[in-house]
Amino acid sequence: MSFPLLTATAVLPAVGAIVTAAVPAARRTAAKWLALVFSLATLVLAALVVVRFEPGGDRYQLTESHAWIPDFGVRYELGVDGIGVALLALTALLIPFVILAGWHDADPLEEVNPNRRWRPTQGFFALILMVEAMVILSFEATDVFLFYILFEAMLIPMYFLIGGFGDRAAPAQFAATAAGGGDEAAATQRSYAAVKFLLYNLVGGLIMLAAVIGLYVVAGSFSLSEIAAARANGSLSIATDTERWLFLGFFFAFAVKAPLWPLHTWLPNAMGEATAPVAVLITAVVDKVGTFAMLRFCLQLFPEASKWATPVILVLALISIVYGALLAVGQRDMKRLIAYASISHFGFIIMGIFAMTSQGQSGATLYMVNHGISTAALMLVAGFLITRRGSRLIADYGGVQKVAPVLAGTFLIGGLATLSLPGLSPFVSEFLVLVGTFSRYPVIGIIATIGIVLAALYVLVLYQRTMTGPVKAEVRTMPDLRVRELVVVTPLIALLLFLGVYPKPLTEIVNPAVEHTLSDVQQTDPKPEVEAAP
Amino acid sequence: MSATVVHSLWTTTAADGITKIPAPNIEYAQLSPVLIVLGAAVLGILAEAFVPRRGRYHTQLFLSVVALAAGFAAVVGLAAGGYGTTKKHIAAMGAIAVDGPALFLQGTILLASIVAVFTFAERKLDPEAHGNRVDSFVAQAAAVPGSDTEKAAVKAGFTTTEVFPLALFAVAGMLVFPAANDLLTLFIALEVFSLPLYLLCALARRKRLMSQEAAVKYFLLGAFSSAFLLFGIALLYGYAGSVSYAQIAEVVNGTVQNVDPALAETMGNDALLLIGGAMVLMGLLFKVGAVPFHMWTPDVYQGAPTPVTGFMAAATKVAAFGALLRLLYVVLPGLRWDWRPVMWGVVIVTMLGGAIVAITQTDIKRLLAYSSIAHAGFILAGVIAGTSDGISSVLFYLAAYSFVTIGAFAVVTLVRDAGGEATHLSKWAGLGRRSPLVAAVFAVFLLAFAGIPLTSGFSGKFAVFKAAADGGAGVLVVIGVIASAIAAFFYIRVIVLMFFSEPKPEGPTVAVPSALTTTAIAVGIAVTLVLGVAPQYFLDLAGQAGGFVR
Repeated sequence: MSFPLLTATAVLPAVGAIVTAAVPAARRTAAKWLALVFSLATLVLAALVVVRFEPGGDRYQLTESHAWIPDFGVRYELGVDGIGVALLALTALLIPFVILAGWHDADPLEEVNPNRRWRPTQGFFALILMVEAMVILSFEATDVFLFYILFEAMLIPMYFLIGGFGDRAAPAQFAATAAGGGDEAAATQRSYAAVKFLLYNLVGGLIMLAAVIGLYVVAGSFSLSEIAAARANGSLSIATDTERWLFLGFFFAFAVKAPLWPLHTWLPNAMGEATAPVAVLITAVVDKVGTFAMLRFCLQLFPEASKWATPVILVLALISIVYGALLAVGQRDMKRLIAYASISHFGFIIMGIFAMTSQGQSGATLYMVNHGISTAALMLVAGFLITRRGSRLIADYGGVQKVAPVLAGTFLIGGLATLSLPGLSPFVSEFLVLVGTFSRYPVIGIIATIGIVLAALYVLVLYQRTMTGPVKAEVRTMPDLRVRELVVVTPLIALLLFLGVYPKPLTEIVNPAVEHTLSDVQQTDPKPEVEAAP
Repeated sequence: MSATVVHSLWTTTAADGITKIPAPNIEYAQLSPVLIVLGAAVLGILAEAFVPRRGRYHTQLFLSVVALAAGFAAVVGLAAGGYGTTKKHIAAMGAIAVDGPALFLQGTILLASIVAVFTFAERKLDPEAHGNRVDSFVAQAAAVPGSDTEKAAVKAGFTTTEVFPLALFAVAGMLVFPAANDLLTLFIALEVFSLPLYLLCALARRKRLMSQEAAVKYFLLGAFSSAFLLFGIALLYGYAGSVSYAQIAEVVNGTVQNVDPALAETMGNDALLLIGGAMVLMGLLFKVGAVPFHMWTPDVYQGAPTPVTGFMAAATKVAAFGALLRLLYVVLPGLRWDWRPVMWGVVIVTMLGGAIVAITQTDIKRLLAYSSIAHAGFILAGVIAGTSDGISSVLFYLAAYSFVTIGAFAVVTLVRDAGGEATHLSKWAGLGRRSPLVAAVFAVFLLAFAGIPLTSGFSGKFAVFKAAADGGAGVLVVIGVIASAIAAFFYIRVIVLMFFSEPKPEGPTVAVPSALTTTAIAVGIAVTLVLGVAPQYFLDLAGQAGGFVR
């Protein structure tokens, strides 16, 4: 038996989580380093997966398959296609930066803690690694049940991350408003956000559970490959109505996770209240499971129903794009602004997926990766900024670029990536999505471009208000980026530039997988109206 | 009638009878689990009488654990001997069924009882009273609360070690309940386990009035439901001319051979069958705690001593569901089209009712009581699937659920303030800061209740929902999923309270338990995680046990 590489990529962070959690209370720094080492080791394994993956080869590679719960028809089946590899690599890549950026986020406030068992720092990093393990495994799962379990289980560590750890200095902004003290108001808001996050996703997940059970009753198996084979040889045919119900059950869960308008309202709360690294974890890593699952499960399991639902989904995606961008323009809180921007971007991703063209879907996959990197860059720098000033409100800043030019510069690059400036990687994906959508649904493609215009507005206005203008008194002593923070930001920006200029390594991996998915839904690209000159 | 005739009647009957009455053929070995536990209970009573007071606690604890373990060993022996599968049959002259579901449920009840007895015996939680270690039970049950007698009893260090034999009697009844193969045995088993439970409920050391009130409520409503059950049995007897499950089923299916002429007139009267069947079902649904027969649950769960609550919530539920399964699958399968619509209604209101009312609860024990009602609804969804998958999924769910329940109630006993257990939810605020380990353990139990994957709650829920969907009850699955979502809300609320709220300065402390409670909680956690991650072995076991003997 060959080395189970895919399992290893998930087991390693899980082990890391346990080890980190077990570090004694006094050895906080050791726990941080341990977590970092484990995340880097996972990155190495992920790189190994990328290297071993052959873009032109089988659809699912590095497969593993073991019996798990035969009574439920459940197998432990793993395998990655190009889309899975890309997202796995993104996850493994971002986690070390998340850990580094959150280095001091979970330090206990008072140094002397009477209770030695309360170890928030260890918990923080252990939870991050736990989320990483579950997300990675969910990108690898080719068994619907296994995927479902991870999809649900990852909510729990996420929930504790959002509810348990807030911005170090954020309470300052509450001090004026809340009579009972800023700390308490912040804690209340935070636990509200955490509960909202959990309930939205849990309800989505439970509705999916009904569909998962329904799928088993209909198909008698949870294995993607078995179901696909049974459908191909005609031994399994799902009645149209049943297929549509099952599709809706699955899609609802993924639309909550992604999030798609009108199921998006948990995201601004969660991202606003969580610390910046956790917000990155939510939007750049965990939410990708939703869009990924649309590609892998919705389209593959229910091709007919997917086509049936496409018009509605495209309209919802369009609303997400425009509505998210509009609300982003109106935000006063910069983390919520980034959250609404993300909603707009998820609209693009979902639009790309359901346009059912090869450009659209490979664009959507690239978009997932690029959005992960660009949002991470923007959000983490914003987080550094917020830690310095102790407020998330845009109005509390001004003239930062004179005091902390490097911070302002990196913030600008992150912002420009978010608005898809050509030359930075998100441009490639956004362009592909728009082209892919336009070729089949021109009207929708045209309306979606409003999102780009608005993106320019909210990013540039954000930059203008915080970084330019007269230097505010509270900002005057703000230090520039420290070494740790530079180590976080520089590679992300380098990656944005590199993939913006040379996206081929990514497209090479992704494209064959997209072809497979398209052939599942029996769609081909529409013929261009003007044939290219020979 | 002259005297000689009477005499001759006596003498002739006696003369003939000696040859005519066959000696009852009792398969003692196959009944050994019940007999061991009953015997130990009797010994326990004797020990109360003859063992000096200071030695009683240890004697009783030892006796109970050994008896329950021996009973479990006997169940395992029987199962290994094939009595659950190939050699399943009806023992004790038609009174007791020895088959897969019976053995599986008996095993579950015995294991859960061992764990529950550990929590009964915990003596490190309360501070010592007058130099004597005390458990959760009253010093002297007969002493009026607050009276001088009570104070004297406390000062003398009395303890109610009768709880152990009482629990053993209850366990013996519970062992018979799911195995009962005629209605009279069913009724007797019901009373055998109910009466000790009524008593146990009244024996709390703290909040005695509340505990006694709970016991009275439980007793009255229980007696009421027993009356229903008994009346239903009478009607069913009138219908079928027999109380034996197999014969009633024959009459229901119309395959009956020998009709007693005396009963021929009423026999086969469907009105008797429907009313009788409904009344028997009512009696069982009361024990299960299904809406609308659930009214007793919150009060009794709250008032009873917490170890007893845990024991009751776990073991009673297992036994009652076992009896319900057997009734529906052995006696009334021919009536499926009559009981299914009614049971659908019960399932729906039970799942939704339990989950919705639980949201408004502010006491952790009441919250768990309503949650147990919602869980009864989930289990019922598997019960009415009407397939062998349905049986095995219910068996699995019961096994999973009982250990989570005992574990959760064991944790509740740990969180204490000056007034005993601090069960009001507001007092649990910030528990996660104060004792992360206890809070984390409780969170795991809550997540299992909520059915989050990788816990036993999820495997169980998936199994019953799958069985229900297979059995054509897709609508129930959807409603069940909605109820789960509602239920998730209040489980999460407790977690929020424990981890994300600031601890109050005068909040409760977490007592450090002895090895007994620690074991109970550890077993609960272990079962929760094992059944969540690798449930296959136990699913197999439940699957093999999925066939009733008829």
